Amino acid sequence: MRELSDFTSTTDADGAVTLALSGPLVVSSASRLDAGLRAFDGAVARVDLSQVSAIDTVGAWIAVRLARHHDAEIVGASARARRLIDAIAGTRDDTAIVPPRLPAVRRVLSSVGDYVSGMGTGALAFLEFIGAMMVSMGQLIAHPSQFRGKALVRQMELVGVSALGIVGLMSFLVGVVIAQQGAVQLQQFGAEIYTINLTGRLSFRELGVLMTAIMVAGRSGSAFAAQLGTMKLTEEIDAMRTIGVSPMEALVIPRVLACTLMMVLLGFYASVLAVFGGAAISTLTLDIPFATFLSRIQDVVPLHDLWVGLVKAPVFGAIVALAGCYQGMQVEGNSEEVGLRTTIAVVQAIFAVIVLDAFFAVFFSEVGWG
Amino acid sequence: MNRHRPDRVTDYDRDHPIVVEGLRNSFDGQVIHDDLSLTVRRGEILGVVGGSGTGKSVLMRSIIGLQVPDAGKITVLGDDITAARDDDDIDIRSRWGVLFQGGALFSTLTVAENVEVPLQEFYPGLSDDLRHEIARFKVRLSGLPAEAAAKYPSELSGGMKKRAGLARALALDPELLFLDEPTAGLDPIGAAAFDSLIGALQDTLGLTVFLITHDLDTLYAICDRVAVLADKRVIAVGTIPELLALDHPWIQEYFNGPRGRAARSVGENVSAARDDQPKAKGMDKRPEAGE
Repeated sequence: MRELSDFTSTTDADGAVTLALSGPLVVSSASRLDAGLRAFDGAVARVDLSQVSAIDTVGAWIAVRLARHHDAEIVGASARARRLIDAIAGTRDDTAIVPPRLPAVRRVLSSVGDYVSGMGTGALAFLEFIGAMMVSMGQLIAHPSQFRGKALVRQMELVGVSALGIVGLMSFLVGVVIAQQGAVQLQQFGAEIYTINLTGRLSFRELGVLMTAIMVAGRSGSAFAAQLGTMKLTEEIDAMRTIGVSPMEALVIPRVLACTLMMVLLGFYASVLAVFGGAAISTLTLDIPFATFLSRIQDVVPLHDLWVGLVKAPVFGAIVALAGCYQGMQVEGNSEEVGLRTTIAVVQAIFAVIVLDAFFAVFFSEVGWG
Repeated sequence: MNRHRPDRVTDYDRDHPIVVEGLRNSFDGQVIHDDLSLTVRRGEILGVVGGSGTGKSVLMRSIIGLQVPDAGKITVLGDDITAARDDDDIDIRSRWGVLFQGGALFSTLTVAENVEVPLQEFYPGLSDDLRHEIARFKVRLSGLPAEAAAKYPSELSGGMKKRAGLARALALDPELLFLDEPTAGLDPIGAAAFDSLIGALQDTLGLTVFLITHDLDTLYAICDRVAVLADKRVIAVGTIPELLALDHPWIQEYFNGPRGRAARSVGENVSAARDDQPKAKGMDKRPEAGE
């Protein structure tokens, strides 16, 4: 059994109380002793360490605190105990160990205030970011030789080619769901042939591009934010600046361009696969042959539906990439920020994409591409 | 905590807390250590030197169980590290402290909270008050100003980060202290201050220190013995005069190069001054954190 630390108090003839600590005065046995000593009430004149079998800095601290609290004197300390006590005696026990916290009401108010002013400064900083990117773009147009083609191709592969599988599968299944659910409703009017119109127009106009944008925000927007954020933390971005490489040119523009271009291709690909999904389920459940479904698509989907989708795609792609790169470049301080900024990048990108999609829907109807 | 493993924890030679025998490490076929042996004596500051890429950090990582060696046996405080299956299998983790090269502070916690992490992990029974008090005096013991306790690592300078890392390494009052290039990246004044801090702490707390360094001044100022890593093993261990007597090209070049000579002349003055007042140094000589 392990030896336990303990204390006893004795009163001498003058009425002075001596607290004698015994046993190992070390961190592993400190909790019980500490609780006992904190509960001890009454005047203490001397703290006797002569029966202490082992001592470390935690034990020494307990003795020091006890002596300080009761204004007592430490006696019977071994040479080692004396050395440890001297080493830590200068510590004040009132210095804050966490940054000061405001009372709850003020904390709520100040975090609301921070949030509001953060939105203001955030909007300004985002404008500044866009501006800096525009300047870099302008410089690239003036000096096309500085353009980083390799980085662009690499990002296009990451954003586009490696997303083909998941975007394709997702769109195919979305097509299946639209056609199947649409057919159930349309059958009530005996109009199940309109499933083709529904699937085709919805895919090309709305869902193909919208779902792809959400998927790209989750896949690539988050990757941009995390990558750039980590590079910011490890001072890679500062290193680039000092070498004379503009992070805008080397990191942001290739990503934004890649995302913008690949969204167009991915959006079109997604729309086509959604139509295939619709055709597949119609073949199985509605007895509309696959080839008939596809040839009817040509008749019932006006060309401007395709344009509506393809106009929106690059805008969404740019938004996703800008949100990711901007949030990544805003990372400062610690690794928690990277996670936080990545989350913000994805949420903002998806939110902005959906809001813009609503505007586009109204706009295109108004200009007669309904 | 304190689960006993009679199969692994044997009666060990108390005078030799770290014993490495026949260690072999390799990465992708490239052999870093081959048949490396090293014994650390109780209560000494052992400096480990060697050219870049000779595997000083890998040796330290092997000893503290972060790197699983290909072959060999490492016994730390009587516990066979190489037989441990995972991190939790190493019972003696509460008896060593490690200062990593960059400090490796937890960036989302304040300095004091960093110090409290090992305390909370190994001694959950400690009251919050006592734990906070311990954190405070450890911060102070490491030569940081008291206000630094409430700061986050990103608000600290390089030298203060090292001191904060040292405070965390000392949190559990360890017997063994591992330091990976503690003075790298510090200015000469900060480095000298850190050296004397380590020397003073070793004196006060009775630590055994395993110190990897490139800093010749550190070797002369505080190391009792120096182990030289070359040719995939420890080619020599001894005091600096003992090493100088050896006829090995790397050792000769290391200690007799221009930097080695400069450090030696300073080192001799330091030890001469030290001999005048033997063992009189204590925490009173600890310089305040000024960097």
